[in-house]
Amino acid sequence: MASLIPCPHCGSRPKEEFTVKGAALARPAPDAGTAAWIDYVYLRDNPRGAYEEYWHHTSGCRRWLVVSRNTATHEISGSRDVVLKLSAEAL
Amino acid sequence: MTSYRLPKGGLIDRQSRLGFSFDGQSVTGHAGDTLASALLANGRQLVGRSFKYHRPRGILTAGAAEPNALMTIGSGGRTEANTRATMQDLYDGLEARSQNRWPSLDFDIGSLNGLLSPFLAAGFYYKTFMWPAKLWEGLYEPFIRRAAGLGKATYEADPDRYEKRWAHCDLLVIGAGPAGLAAALSAGRAGARVIILDEHSLAGGSLLSEAATIGGESAPAFAKRLADELETLPNVRVLTRTTAFGWYDGNVVGAVERAQKHVRHPDPNKPVERMWRIVAKKALLATGTEERPLVFGGNDIPGVMIAGAMRCYLNRFAVAPGQRTAIFTTNDSGYALARDLEAAGVQLTAIIDSRAESQFVYTGKARLLKGAVVSDAKGGKALSSVNVTAANGATEAIAVDALAMSGGFSPIIHLACHRGGKPQWSDVHGAFMAPSETRGLVLAGAVTGTTGLSASFAEGAARGATMAQDLGFAAQPFDAGPVDGDIVASPASPLWNIRGVKGKAFVDFQNDVGRKDLGLAVQEGYGDVELAKRYTTSGMATDQGKLSNVTAIGLLAEARGVSPAEVGTTTFRPFYTPISFGALTGPHHGHHFQPVRKSPLHDWAKKHGAVFVETGLWYRSSWFPRAGETSWRQSVDREVLNVRTNVGICDVSMLGKIEVCGKDAAEFLNRVYSNAFLKLPVGKARYGLMLREDGFIYDDGTTSRLADDRFFMTTTTAYAAGVMTHLEFCAQGLWPELDVRLASVTDQWGQMSVVGPKARATLQAIVDGDISDTAFPFLAAKEVSLFGGRLHGRLFRISFSGELAYELAVPAGYCESVADGVLQAGKEHGIQPYGVEALSVLRIEKGHVTHNEINGTVIPSDLGFAKMVSTAKPDFIGKAMLGREGLVAQDRPSLVGVVPLDPTTTFRTGSHILAKGAAQTLENDQGYVSSSAFSPHVGSTIGLALVKSGHARHGEEVVVWNGLSKEFTVARLCNPVFFDPANEKLHV
Amino acid sequence: MRYSALSIFLNGLRGNTGWGPAWRAPQPKSHYDVIIVGGGGHGLSTAYYLAKEFGVANVAVLEKSYIGSGNVGRNTTIIRSNYLLPGNNPFYELSMKLWEGLEQDFNFNAMVSQRGVLNLYHSDAQRDAYTRRGNAMLLHGVDAELLDREAVRAKLPFLDFDNARFPIQGGLLQRRGGTVRHDAVAWGYARGADMRGVDIIQHCEVTGIRRENGKVLGVETTRGFIGCGKLALAAAGNSSRVAEMADIKLPLESHVLQAFVSEGLKPFIDCVVTFGAGHFYVSQSDKGGLVFGGDIDGYNSYAQRGNLATVEHVAEAGKAMIPGISRVRVLRSWGGIMDMSMDGSPIIDRTHINNLYLNAGWCYGGFKATPASGLCFAHLIARGTPHETARAFRLDRFARGHILDEKGQGAQPNLH
Repeated sequence: MASLIPCPHCGSRPKEEFTVKGAALARPAPDAGTAAWIDYVYLRDNPRGAYEEYWHHTSGCRRWLVVSRNTATHEISGSRDVVLKLSAEAL
Repeated sequence: MTSYRLPKGGLIDRQSRLGFSFDGQSVTGHAGDTLASALLANGRQLVGRSFKYHRPRGILTAGAAEPNALMTIGSGGRTEANTRATMQDLYDGLEARSQNRWPSLDFDIGSLNGLLSPFLAAGFYYKTFMWPAKLWEGLYEPFIRRAAGLGKATYEADPDRYEKRWAHCDLLVIGAGPAGLAAALSAGRAGARVIILDEHSLAGGSLLSEAATIGGESAPAFAKRLADELETLPNVRVLTRTTAFGWYDGNVVGAVERAQKHVRHPDPNKPVERMWRIVAKKALLATGTEERPLVFGGNDIPGVMIAGAMRCYLNRFAVAPGQRTAIFTTNDSGYALARDLEAAGVQLTAIIDSRAESQFVYTGKARLLKGAVVSDAKGGKALSSVNVTAANGATEAIAVDALAMSGGFSPIIHLACHRGGKPQWSDVHGAFMAPSETRGLVLAGAVTGTTGLSASFAEGAARGATMAQDLGFAAQPFDAGPVDGDIVASPASPLWNIRGVKGKAFVDFQNDVGRKDLGLAVQEGYGDVELAKRYTTSGMATDQGKLSNVTAIGLLAEARGVSPAEVGTTTFRPFYTPISFGALTGPHHGHHFQPVRKSPLHDWAKKHGAVFVETGLWYRSSWFPRAGETSWRQSVDREVLNVRTNVGICDVSMLGKIEVCGKDAAEFLNRVYSNAFLKLPVGKARYGLMLREDGFIYDDGTTSRLADDRFFMTTTTAYAAGVMTHLEFCAQGLWPELDVRLASVTDQWGQMSVVGPKARATLQAIVDGDISDTAFPFLAAKEVSLFGGRLHGRLFRISFSGELAYELAVPAGYCESVADGVLQAGKEHGIQPYGVEALSVLRIEKGHVTHNEINGTVIPSDLGFAKMVSTAKPDFIGKAMLGREGLVAQDRPSLVGVVPLDPTTTFRTGSHILAKGAAQTLENDQGYVSSSAFSPHVGSTIGLALVKSGHARHGEEVVVWNGLSKEFTVARLCNPVFFDPANEKLHV
Repeated sequence: MRYSALSIFLNGLRGNTGWGPAWRAPQPKSHYDVIIVGGGGHGLSTAYYLAKEFGVANVAVLEKSYIGSGNVGRNTTIIRSNYLLPGNNPFYELSMKLWEGLEQDFNFNAMVSQRGVLNLYHSDAQRDAYTRRGNAMLLHGVDAELLDREAVRAKLPFLDFDNARFPIQGGLLQRRGGTVRHDAVAWGYARGADMRGVDIIQHCEVTGIRRENGKVLGVETTRGFIGCGKLALAAAGNSSRVAEMADIKLPLESHVLQAFVSEGLKPFIDCVVTFGAGHFYVSQSDKGGLVFGGDIDGYNSYAQRGNLATVEHVAEAGKAMIPGISRVRVLRSWGGIMDMSMDGSPIIDRTHINNLYLNAGWCYGGFKATPASGLCFAHLIARGTPHETARAFRLDRFARGHILDEKGQGAQPNLH
């Protein structure tokens, strides 16, 4: 895991300032049905390689970010504020 | 002891005499000595014992890989076991003690193990000690554990200070040898921010042991001049006695500076060790090589030494290795040592060169035996002779008291492999080289296989300049000038198995792993390099295989009939050398292990005699003992009764407080709480339940509407930070279209509960407006003016105890004055402060839940909150998952009260509930007591419990089962609300 | 060859040249009744019990690296059965009972050492939680004792009782807990399985799962196709990757957990101790090294290495608990990849593909489960029904809402 995480608002900051939540998944619609909800809450692609995940800049700007990270190499290729829509793959 | 100190030379200060002791014997050395060089100078050869066979061992190396010369230094809380004498700078008064021997280093009973060695081969313990089974823990294991370990840890706390620092640089240079110095100068002179570090006390690396000259200047003097120049550059930091221990993601290197480990009396205001986290734009690894031992019989006898180490002691410390020396080499580096020994007047008897042919022309006086090997060394606690097997098979014994060995060089590539890269075997270099992919890390000097000073300077300079140029600096490669007298060693042709060996031949010295053990591992199916390591323990000693691993791989390769490339290496992992807990911890231990949070009423509570308790990071007031009270229960019972009859005041400032604002704030709250918030009127508070997406309760609290677009939320103390983060996720990630703003105001507002029948009378004295039941009914929540308009606060009519109760929030800085004002106002009503214990009793009496009950596995209906799950709302967090089979099951645990049938009996939280008469089995487990207390109101212990179908079992007699304290109490399940179930008191 | 003191003596007299391989290195056959993917502790123990207890010996264990190269060879060696929930507790106690007779059973000394596991508590709330847990253990006949501060002090006088941020109040002790020499567990099971006819095939990576009509036919491997009657996955850490070959998405994330060993010291820590005020636990091996660890690093990872910040947190908690280790040096850190499940509990179940079985989701607690996991998985594979102690470890429990959440943290793997 990178020792530094690029925050789009604060620049490159130590990992310890951030909190990770997990896979950057889109929340299903309330009426999406049980299967979609089970998938969202419990099932994970858990890829080896490129991964998009939610990190919170807890000890910084307190924005939620989508961080693009490789789970095999720990390289971070980018990050963006969570309000900038999730990428197509995550959706 | 005879002095082995040479009359001249070396980088020691002969004017200074440092007294130190080894195993109680007083000796002296000089400033500039290491503990190892000082011991050698005093003729001390036997310095330690090996782990398994307790074989006598001497100093083998002059560096971090030392497997033998491990000692305990210091005393009391400064006792430091397993200190490498080769890395410890000598200081006056240093006390060193040998380890792992009994009764003494010279006479060690444990050495009898050597006689049993045929039966103690690799892995023997996996095959025995199994019968009878109970004897393992009773007899065998205690025996093994008595023999285990090296030095002894102290029980005492460390009196010294440790520190951590971040550092950022353009270029980090790891290793201040010829390549590293040249690189640092090339980049540093151009203005790049450079950090150069080295594990030794002086910069210079191999230059410090070198007899060659550079531009006519001696190598150590040249190194000093370079280091001095670096020190003068404001953009360069030179860290000596600093070991880079790990290379982490993002090109971050962890390093430990042994800032005051070389002084007798460390300055208490400065750290003894400082851990650096260095963020490097670029990093250069210039760590040189580790010279490999050779695996002949008796290769561990004191007096046998790595050739480069012997040269270091000779040239840098002016210590003669012995009186009759020989060199056993596989490469030309042995001739550099030969030249230097002869120049220093030390008798060199023979050079045994395993190569039949070599280009090097030796012109010295010693016998040169080409194509020969040392098959065995002889001696006990000191070397007496070596048996040499010549090319034609003839053997002869040569009397020596010191033998240098050089089995070739392994680049020190550890750090380059810490991020997952695999080392690559090179036939050309006869060694494993760094992985091809080393993101952000560049190598230079001997670690790349480069040999010779000129080439190392040039390579380091070129790399340093290039990296600086890449970062935009106009750097020029540093030119070291002409080098004279450097013997450039061509790569060794590896020599794994040596012919004619008869005695024990060691690969891993400390762990006593011999070449036969590796052969046995292959024979038994443990030939994979990882399995062989684990089966034989080769490479698992304190040097982590720095000396032994490559040799072991060579021997495994020969035993398996494959190349070392196919065998591969085990994994290089941090730490390059062992790092102390102290350095990794810095100041975060003892009382400073975690920060302290104090309420704005902390000092107020203290003033009133509170006893405090740690609650997370907070200190909360537990109770307020009064004169004459001898137990906490007396105090708590009094506080509870006083609240129920008069009025009490309690600090609740630690509750999480979040301001939720914006035109969509109500809609937002409606989605994060399971119950409805959209239509909460301004001026009203409401209890809310927050679920996780999986449907289980996350947290609870009251939220008040102060204006159409402004809410004030409280959370539990423990989940304050978590709730804030969760709300931010919802606002930013899930519903960014909502106009809502969040601010944590936990620290801005101090908050106190004023509770009891006389709470209104008390508060009315300080609140300016009317707070009668009509004007300020239950669940009213408004901003109020206090003390005749001198201050504004927020008043909430909410109750955790079931009594008439208010919570008053005021700006934190005014909190203490206001609390004093409340006490003053309540004096005539008998007001008393109460603590979190009484708070807890009061809420259990009222059947209110906390995180004792909200334990992460309960849903609203389990706690009787079914009605707080809105069926009308289209969406809220957790809604989708609530319908699952397991969450609607009839026998889910639900909240009940529990009281002992006999009020003189009691029970404790954590006891389980069994049906009366049921067998005591887990299958019969009905639930557990989640909270309990003595209730002055009920007159006995009462509890809240989560019991299967509990809501339907009120009145049932059960056993409250506590096997841990053998306390089995007959009790009755009941309504969890013990106090005022009709809620009449809330509305008075 | 049977191992014994006598065999060591006789072989020692002959220069140890008579020892044979501990297991064969067979060529894969074209078809097996059962193929187990993963030559770690769970895969090997499954093979062992299939052959020994259920008479299913036409079995291959396929391992992409060397046997025991995963978490069984890279953990902190702790065994315990101090579980709270009725879905977990009987399973781990079964495992403990198997540990207690294991070495005689498979004729390999794995140094099962029941020197105790002590969980420290520092607050009333923690004491209450341990009271609840200890009583659950006792109800199932598992040993548990609640120690007060002085009893802890008598046992471990070097802990910080007097200068701590979070003073120690006591601890929950399971005396039958302890440690086992981890590598030896893999080797003992491998040797025992091999002796009973199981083929252990190292350096054979499964690259695909061949299916037809909703049934597994066999596996594609780096050593060719191998057919099977039943396929059993026991590849914790990489379960999601292997299951993906059968288009199955699991309730798992792969996370890295670091562990550490110090330089060898004369033994002074007798039992396993866990700190209640921070993430730290420690025991001392029979070689003298302190073996310790803390929490997972917290982010998804397949790289077997950890983060420096976590190293520091662990060391801080360590020194907070034992001030005297300040000058003890940490020798080595390593990182293993865990299957972190959505409720912190494992999965032993069949999948929707009839002859495909799954053993996964062990979080950071798989080592202690090795014997029972193997026995229960073998039971499921051989009999088709779950073993009675593993009935709760179903794959569909998330959809059905029968969550097995010891910590109550919910569907967030990095909090378990």
